[in-house]
Amino acid sequence: MAQIEIKNVAKRFGSYQALHDINLTIQDQEFMVLLGASGCGKTTLLRIIAGLETATTGEVWIGGRRVDHLAPRDRGIAMVFQNYAVFPHLTVFENIGFGLRMQKLPNDEVKGRVERTAELMHIEQLLKRYSGELSGGQRQRVAVARALAMEPDVILMDEPLSNLDALLRMEMRAELKGVLAASTTTAIYVTHDQVEAMSMADRISVMHQGEIVQAASPIEVYRNPAAEFVAGFIGNPPMNFLPAAPAGDGKWSVAGQVMDGPSSGKPLKFAIRPEDMRPADTGLTATAKVVEPLGAHLLITCEVQGSMFRAVLDSDMSVKPGDQLTLAPQPDRMRWFDPDTTLAVA
Amino acid sequence: MNARLLPYVLILPVTLFLCLFFLYPFLLVSKQAFSTGAGFTLDNFREVTSYWKFPITMRNTLLLAAAVVPIQLALALLMATMVNRMKKGRDLVLYVWTIPLGISDLAAGIIWLAIFEQSGFLSSMMSGLGLVDKPVNLLTFQNPGIVFLAIMLAEIWRATAIMLVILVAGIGLIPKEYYEAAEVFGASHWKRFLRITLPLLRPSLQTALVLRVILAFEIFAVVAALSGTLFPVLMGETYAYQFDLLNSGAAAAMALIILAISIAFTLIILRVLRVPKGATI
Repeated sequence: MAQIEIKNVAKRFGSYQALHDINLTIQDQEFMVLLGASGCGKTTLLRIIAGLETATTGEVWIGGRRVDHLAPRDRGIAMVFQNYAVFPHLTVFENIGFGLRMQKLPNDEVKGRVERTAELMHIEQLLKRYSGELSGGQRQRVAVARALAMEPDVILMDEPLSNLDALLRMEMRAELKGVLAASTTTAIYVTHDQVEAMSMADRISVMHQGEIVQAASPIEVYRNPAAEFVAGFIGNPPMNFLPAAPAGDGKWSVAGQVMDGPSSGKPLKFAIRPEDMRPADTGLTATAKVVEPLGAHLLITCEVQGSMFRAVLDSDMSVKPGDQLTLAPQPDRMRWFDPDTTLAVA
Repeated sequence: MNARLLPYVLILPVTLFLCLFFLYPFLLVSKQAFSTGAGFTLDNFREVTSYWKFPITMRNTLLLAAAVVPIQLALALLMATMVNRMKKGRDLVLYVWTIPLGISDLAAGIIWLAIFEQSGFLSSMMSGLGLVDKPVNLLTFQNPGIVFLAIMLAEIWRATAIMLVILVAGIGLIPKEYYEAAEVFGASHWKRFLRITLPLLRPSLQTALVLRVILAFEIFAVVAALSGTLFPVLMGETYAYQFDLLNSGAAAAMALIILAISIAFTLIILRVLRVPKGATI
């Protein structure tokens, strides 16, 4: 049982405000991903939960117990570090068993748990090796096994896959998700990789400039971004934006096209995902600039009334640079943002 | 320039230098040690080792090393850990602590003599405080313990910093992440020192100990300044053979004995502090 509550946590490094008043509840056994660009404060928040960093103000609760005054080792957590931090002077066995030895567990218990976790991470044949004799992927597995062997309430992961090559990353992503789903551990996972976040998370907290902009399920974050930042950050290619001028009650003029939208008095921004555009008889008039065939589909970068606009279309369409296209946005996928607050308008 | 030859060309000057000023004199000394004018002989070694003072000098030298080096090691580790934790003023503290390194060992001996001799600071202070009636000479043959202690203190004061600088550099190389991982996985400060710092510091500990132990067997000027002939050590005897008795064959034999002891201890240190096969530190 370990629900994590972060209450009004702020962190200042000198005059730099790394975190502003963070409030977040992570449910027991939830897989929460902290997603954001580098410098957004996600690692700082993770380190505050771990106890490796002290919050300037605010409280951290784990499993109904206030822990922000406790040392890391008294918080019931385990952690996977970005550079793995697999001890080079210890064998894989002793690395995985490090935490158990610190708890002074009897030898056979340590042996049992180390072997079980090693098997789970498919590294049972490496137990006698040293870190220097392992590949990056194997070292990563050791780091995860070391954390799992603790059978912690909470497992914290700081960009654990960022040092692996793309193929290995994909493989480990699925494996980690499976291993953690099978355990009863609450997980917090920091990454800047949106694909990792989307594919692994129960819930994603998108962070920007020391604040959580949105905390929701991956599909919710993707479909209904709470702010312009989220819309532009999540999705590859990101959402398209076009200025929208009011044209009567609930009507908006976007690039010369009148569309239904929310009722609001001031100008808004119209947003649509590239894959939510269909070629049609009426719609936005776009001039294709760059055509990129990606196999499964066609990525077209075009211009709509002077703004850059991307559309993902079916790969059997034949489009050449310079072609005029008429693209109709899917009505239920259109989103609107307030340019002043940058927040979504329903 | 041929890329395969280049490394050898680059180390040629230093190799020549070492051959000329170290290897050649070493061979001359060896020749001197193993001859008395006519052919190969162990007479010189027999002479120096059968002299009644030899066991005493040997014992004194080893005793001093055994007393001084562990204390210096502990102090250097403590100081290095402290310096490493400091956020501000770290360099200043390090400079101050290494000042004794810049003082010659004879000067260091004389500084401590100024404290311990009859008209020295310690004696004057004690008589000023009324602890003794009149100034006393502490460094006499009646007080072998105090003589030993004074030499120990001077050596610790003078030569701890050489280990300190090596260990500070070594500790600085240990990635912070290892400490954080150890902390998260339950290691206390002390456990982190034992399980992370010490093992990862092995290469630096090797260097520091080898250097320090060799220097400990070569101790001479500090002992000469503080004890005169009250506390004979190997190097002092070597000096006496060469310059008082003008017996350079015996002096060469003594020098080789000291070298042999140094090599033996170096091998022991390297063996004890070796990094396990396969581990990369």
